[in-house]
Amino acid sequence: MAGPADRPAERFEAHALNLGLVSESTENPAPAEISEAAVTAAVTAALAAISAAADSSALKAARSEHAGEASPLSRLNALMRSVSKEQKAAAGKLVGQARARVNQALSAREAEIGAAEAAAQLAAETVDVTAAASTWHAGARHPLALLQERVADVFVAMGWEVAEGPELESEWFNFDALNFDEDHPARAMQDTFFIDPPEAHLVLRTHTSPVQMRALLSRELPVYVVAPGRVYRTDELDATHTPVFHQIEGIAVDKGLTMAHLRGTLDHFVQALFGPEAKVRLRPNYFPFTEPSAELDVWHPTFKGGARWIEWGGCGMVNANVLRSAGIDPEVYSGFAFGVGVERALMFRNDVKDMHDMVEGDARFSQQYGMTV
Amino acid sequence: MRVPLSWLGEFVDLEPGTTPEAVHAALVSVGLEEEEIHRFELTGPIVVGEVLEFVGEPQTNGKIINWCQVRVAPGDETAADGGPAVHGIVCGAHNFVVGDKVVVTLPGAVLPGPFPIAPRKTYGHVSDGMIASARELGLGDEHDGILLLKNLGLDDAPVGTDAIALLGLDDTAVEVNVTPDRGYAFSIRGIAREYSHATRAAFRDPALATVTAVSTIDFPVTLADASPIRGRVGASVFVTRAVRGVDPSRPTPAWMITRLALAGMRSISLVVDVTNYVMLELGQPLHGYDLDALAGGILVRRAEPGEKLTTLDGVVRALHSEDLLITDESGAIGLAGVMGGRSTEIGASTTNVLIEAANFDPVSIARSARRHKLPSEASRRFERGVDPQVAAVAAARVVQLLVDLAGGTADGLGSALDSSVPPVAIELPRDFISGLIGRTYSDDEERSALAEIGGLLVETPTGLSVTPPTWRPDLTDKWTLAEEVARIVGYDSIPSVLPVAPPGRGLTLVQRLRRTVAQTLAATGHTEVLAYPFVSEADNRLFAPLATTTDAAGAAAGIPAVAEVPQIRVANPLDGEAPFLRTSILPGLLRIAHRNRSRGITDLAVFEQGLVFRPVAGIRYGSLVVPAGATRPSTALEAELNAGIPPQPYSVAVALTGNTVRHQPGRAPIAAGWQDALAAVQQVALATGVPILVRQGLHPAMHPGRTAELFVATADGELSVGFAGELLPAVATGFDLPAVVAVAEITLSDVFAQAGSELHAAPIKTMPAATQDLSLVVSATVPAAEVLAAVAEGAGALLDHIELVDDYRGTGIEPGRKSLTFALRFRAPDRTLTAAEASDAKLAGVAVAAARFDATLRE
Repeated sequence: MAGPADRPAERFEAHALNLGLVSESTENPAPAEISEAAVTAAVTAALAAISAAADSSALKAARSEHAGEASPLSRLNALMRSVSKEQKAAAGKLVGQARARVNQALSAREAEIGAAEAAAQLAAETVDVTAAASTWHAGARHPLALLQERVADVFVAMGWEVAEGPELESEWFNFDALNFDEDHPARAMQDTFFIDPPEAHLVLRTHTSPVQMRALLSRELPVYVVAPGRVYRTDELDATHTPVFHQIEGIAVDKGLTMAHLRGTLDHFVQALFGPEAKVRLRPNYFPFTEPSAELDVWHPTFKGGARWIEWGGCGMVNANVLRSAGIDPEVYSGFAFGVGVERALMFRNDVKDMHDMVEGDARFSQQYGMTV
Repeated sequence: MRVPLSWLGEFVDLEPGTTPEAVHAALVSVGLEEEEIHRFELTGPIVVGEVLEFVGEPQTNGKIINWCQVRVAPGDETAADGGPAVHGIVCGAHNFVVGDKVVVTLPGAVLPGPFPIAPRKTYGHVSDGMIASARELGLGDEHDGILLLKNLGLDDAPVGTDAIALLGLDDTAVEVNVTPDRGYAFSIRGIAREYSHATRAAFRDPALATVTAVSTIDFPVTLADASPIRGRVGASVFVTRAVRGVDPSRPTPAWMITRLALAGMRSISLVVDVTNYVMLELGQPLHGYDLDALAGGILVRRAEPGEKLTTLDGVVRALHSEDLLITDESGAIGLAGVMGGRSTEIGASTTNVLIEAANFDPVSIARSARRHKLPSEASRRFERGVDPQVAAVAAARVVQLLVDLAGGTADGLGSALDSSVPPVAIELPRDFISGLIGRTYSDDEERSALAEIGGLLVETPTGLSVTPPTWRPDLTDKWTLAEEVARIVGYDSIPSVLPVAPPGRGLTLVQRLRRTVAQTLAATGHTEVLAYPFVSEADNRLFAPLATTTDAAGAAAGIPAVAEVPQIRVANPLDGEAPFLRTSILPGLLRIAHRNRSRGITDLAVFEQGLVFRPVAGIRYGSLVVPAGATRPSTALEAELNAGIPPQPYSVAVALTGNTVRHQPGRAPIAAGWQDALAAVQQVALATGVPILVRQGLHPAMHPGRTAELFVATADGELSVGFAGELLPAVATGFDLPAVVAVAEITLSDVFAQAGSELHAAPIKTMPAATQDLSLVVSATVPAAEVLAAVAEGAGALLDHIELVDDYRGTGIEPGRKSLTFALRFRAPDRTLTAAEASDAKLAGVAVAAARFDATLRE
């Protein structure tokens, strides 16, 4: 900064000499008159002090000493009163320009120091962003709940609706209406939890299928609904069984529905849920509430344990007796239905190896998933 | 059903080298799900040996072992293990003599276990192999002595013969899961037919065998069912055949033992083995009686009151009037189709045998088997339906085998009652199957499939009339025929067509709200869990919904209100300690909290949403009568069924322990407490859009000073929807949790019922606001929320916002009173307020609070 500040001073000196206002002294006490030398000396001293100021308090001191009331320049300015009329303009210009230079230098230095001090302040405020303290901590949804919501969304997007029913259900809805004869082995195979007293014919629903019947009884045809929910079987908890688990049921009853429509729906469903490469295979099976009936196998290249067919659920054309239970003429309407296990899907899709993890409520299990599955 | 492949191959062509996996794959394609593959897990060399000599050597432990010289190869030939023709073998058994043919496992052989055989130093000799017992070969339980080939009728097998092939131990069985509609698939006959359907391999029906020796002398049999179940008589076919002069010492041949073993059945005696063998082959359950133990003829009837029967397993069974019995003049001699009686059991001295091949009603048998907890091979088949036409063939087959294997003679004594109803023809309209499946089936495809399964086809003007075969009672209508055609042709050929549903209305309000509540709680730090809804009576009593008690003193002492809690009990719980259905989510949630803590997760906030089961006291739930299926119940009956189902509202609960704000750099931890429970309540209110009112409350399980009762406004007033606060410390520690546990439970169904009204949006006021603070001194017992409401009411329309910012008690405030400081913001919709206007409004608020609560302005 020294160079550029010096050069105008030299020019000013030459100019002052032309005016014949030369003073030899640059020392305080105050000059007796306005001379180019005196002005130059005051300016030089002021600029040196300003540029030497390292912080805002030093700059404040420099301002007071070189631009304040008692500063040499102020005192030179005070001498203007005694300058002759002819020289007043030149002297005024000389002093005025000097004061302007000093003020300009002050402002510039003030900005510099301000910026440096602000930067230092910010630097001092540096934190470790990896150690942020928070009033907030992570919660999570349970993946079984999320998976049911995702499946519901797939079907809602197809125009289907989501139907519901009670978990503590009448035997009629859980069995009789669904063509489970009271003496048929299929009914005994359901491993049912019965409610006390058994003569009241209440059970914990063994499948989401009673919702089929509730939907058919309560809705206008055609019906296209899915019913996710909790179901119960008297299986002891082990790595692959749990007495309380979740199913997703789907039923469509309309005029002209065929098993090809069932396959088309399942194809779309598994592709939406698992990815476009997913495939469905149907194998003959028996269920009281469907005829023809099929086992539903699903295949996807990314399934844990390798690309393979995995048994996922049952499906078929709604049994004529089920339609009759709902007062629907099976000669006019037909329908298809399917049911799949949610736990099982989580096992083969997300590699959950032990059912205990899903049912024990360990917060770490849900927290792996966070808010999405 | 386990199917030995050698047996299967008798009735259907099996390509040489067909693997069990290939058989499984074929059977899966027609609907028989694959289970396991069963083999005799052994490898040779295992050969026929002859005991040349042996020396009994007493041991110090008192046992006598035999040092045997066993010929395992003829002459000077090298044995199968590369060793000499005569091996020295140590044997602990004593059931043999010199010259007996035995099974020798030579060094290098591996027996099931796996148990590798090698030369072994024992009892002062090198035993160069082992003489095997039946059990060691996997052929049964017999381990009292070694297996003697003379007992299997194989005494003439040459020394050195491969015993694996000789005994059929190289056979393999596939196990398939038979669906409950396919009784006929519980037979080799049925599986062979299905295999033929899958592969088009030629099928030979063993039931078509001519019944050679028809009965000529009537054995008296009477079927007298006085009380048929559901209108169905207990027995429709009853065939008996006698065989005399059976030699009880005759062994069951090795091939039969092997097949029975692979099929999962133990060899018992020749007569029993033969009946089991024929049952597996033809699917017809059979029973053999000791003819000499029978008193007179047979009467099939229902049990009489108080009647008892000792079954083959030695258990005395008290009979039910629905039990179908086989009786003679002595009384009950068998529980029909389930288990025979002890008094006529075939024993070691039985020489004259009466064979029964009957057809019993599935319902009757199913009920008896369930009632007596006696699922048997016979009952399993009868429940699912047995071909009524196979009884005579099966009886004849047993007779023939007993003649051939046991030296018996069929003297012509027998009976053959048959009142079975022939299958009814099904009308199958043309194009019905194509229309149902969504694939065009040609006439040829349809007819050949239906013919293949045994159907009798007659052309009609509208299509076909199909009479199902007698072994397919499950074929009852045109839909069942559609499945047959579709599966025989193959499900893989069904096309994929996506149906277009009519436009839907999306999720319902309640469905959306449930999601939003869960998302909100999760987003505010709570982790969703899913507990089993099974609880103890004590749990339900403690957390009974809305069990508001005014007994504050009792509650303060940690004594829950004792009241009859209406609750639902499971009749057959898995856990006898927790037979009730939850009335509250909290007990399960607290157990989960404990489990997490025991695993080291001490800072915890969990929540669960789900159904709770809240019967109303005094109502008898359920319905004594269940309407029949296949008919729509009347509106009244449907309403009755629904009224019988206990209320199951949807609920949400949260539980927090440990710190909600964790100990972190530069931040002190904040312990979870009642405020967090109330924060969760407000999150639910936000998520549902339904304001939840908070009042000081009491709950038997909760801290009497730190409990809020929660309400929603309804058209009829206010409805209590739950509680929030801290558990009673004694309750918390009772769940093995720390003394402070914050909990909240809200009956969401009741909240949802108030949701969904459309909001009238208030215009946003943009004029400048005037803010003022206000400190009021009131009695410490006055709820701050009520003071706030009073001030707001008094301040009127200019009040834009008010909130409580301080609650001060102590120096400067009289004991028993508190100073509440509110921050108020005033704003007019149309102008800048003056300070005076704001002050006037504030003072109007003070006036209401003063009048209502004796509030004074704090100096």
